[in-house]
Amino acid sequence: MKIYGVAILAACYLVGQFIGDWFGRVFEMSGNLGGVGFAMILLILLNDYLNKKKLLLPETEQGILFWSSMYIPVIVAMSATQNVKAALTGGWVALIVAITATSVCFLLIPFIAKINRTNN
Amino acid sequence: MQNLVNILDKNGLIFAFLVVGGIMYISFLFGKKVTKNKIPAAAIAISFGLVIAYFGKGEKGIASIPAFSGMALLGGSMLRDFSIVSTAMGASFSEIKKAGLAGAISIVLGIIIAFFVGGVIAYFMGFTDAKSLTTIGAGACTFIVGPVTGAAVGASSEVIAISIAIGVIKSVFVTIVTPIIANKIQLNNPHTAMIYGGMLSTTSGVSAGLAATDIKLVPYGALTATFSTGMGCLLCPSILYYIVQQFI
Repeated sequence: MKIYGVAILAACYLVGQFIGDWFGRVFEMSGNLGGVGFAMILLILLNDYLNKKKLLLPETEQGILFWSSMYIPVIVAMSATQNVKAALTGGWVALIVAITATSVCFLLIPFIAKINRTNN
Repeated sequence: MQNLVNILDKNGLIFAFLVVGGIMYISFLFGKKVTKNKIPAAAIAISFGLVIAYFGKGEKGIASIPAFSGMALLGGSMLRDFSIVSTAMGASFSEIKKAGLAGAISIVLGIIIAFFVGGVIAYFMGFTDAKSLTTIGAGACTFIVGPVTGAAVGASSEVIAISIAIGVIKSVFVTIVTPIIANKIQLNNPHTAMIYGGMLSTTSGVSAGLAATDIKLVPYGALTATFSTGMGCLLCPSILYYIVQQFI
């Protein structure tokens, strides 16, 4: 049943939130430290494990895949509910940060690709 | 008219499904007809979202208009984080091993470099608090890592909007630049495609960029980009936020 997939996703999400919250308190910082990231790692591990044991039925998988196909629409709704008027003053920051940071990453690609080849 | 607004307000989440569905449809149509699929439809749709947020009255963008209140629920942190976690289904550790050491380095380095380059520029452009700098640095990773981090550390809606805009510009920039410089960075094999995905993190930009370069490379880049996004959601609101706090 699809709900099994949704339930697996919910379990990963909640455990991730719990770990993130726990880290937040341990390091005495406000907020949730990496809860989404922990949840993603859990889901990847669980997916690998269930696939190896052939326990993940396509129907169950569909329950998770539905939500992953919803993520762009959810991000669109989120964008539509931000304080864009105030953010416009930061328009130049957005443009300069995006282009500079991305260009630096682009430039490093050939060097990192080489590291591995010499190792091999 | 008032009746209609009442019904829409009462069924906010359902109306939000309809509104976002409409935005997605128009964006895909626009992407296909006007940009000839050269710009990812996801980036167009998110830009569309940012534009309509402008017509709202304040802090909450379009959700400040009663009929559209459900948009805040659909785009709120709970459903957002839930759907983002689900995208990890596109990644797998047994697959990622094929990318080897360079792949692993690219996934971590792509996040760290984008984060610090973004944060340093923001600092020199007048942002001085750790929460804003962290959120803008995270936005330089992807339009997902930005708002996830912003919500986790408690940044303002205005800064979160800037971080989404950075991520969207990055996605479009990656899409346009990739086919142009593919030869120069030897982006013509699965190995380099994986490193490229890890370094640039933005799954939408990487997928669209590779599709315009060599469609066979898309799954390789998308895999490491998904991993990199997850890594960003993990590192930015935790270790990297901690480091920023030490400097500020």
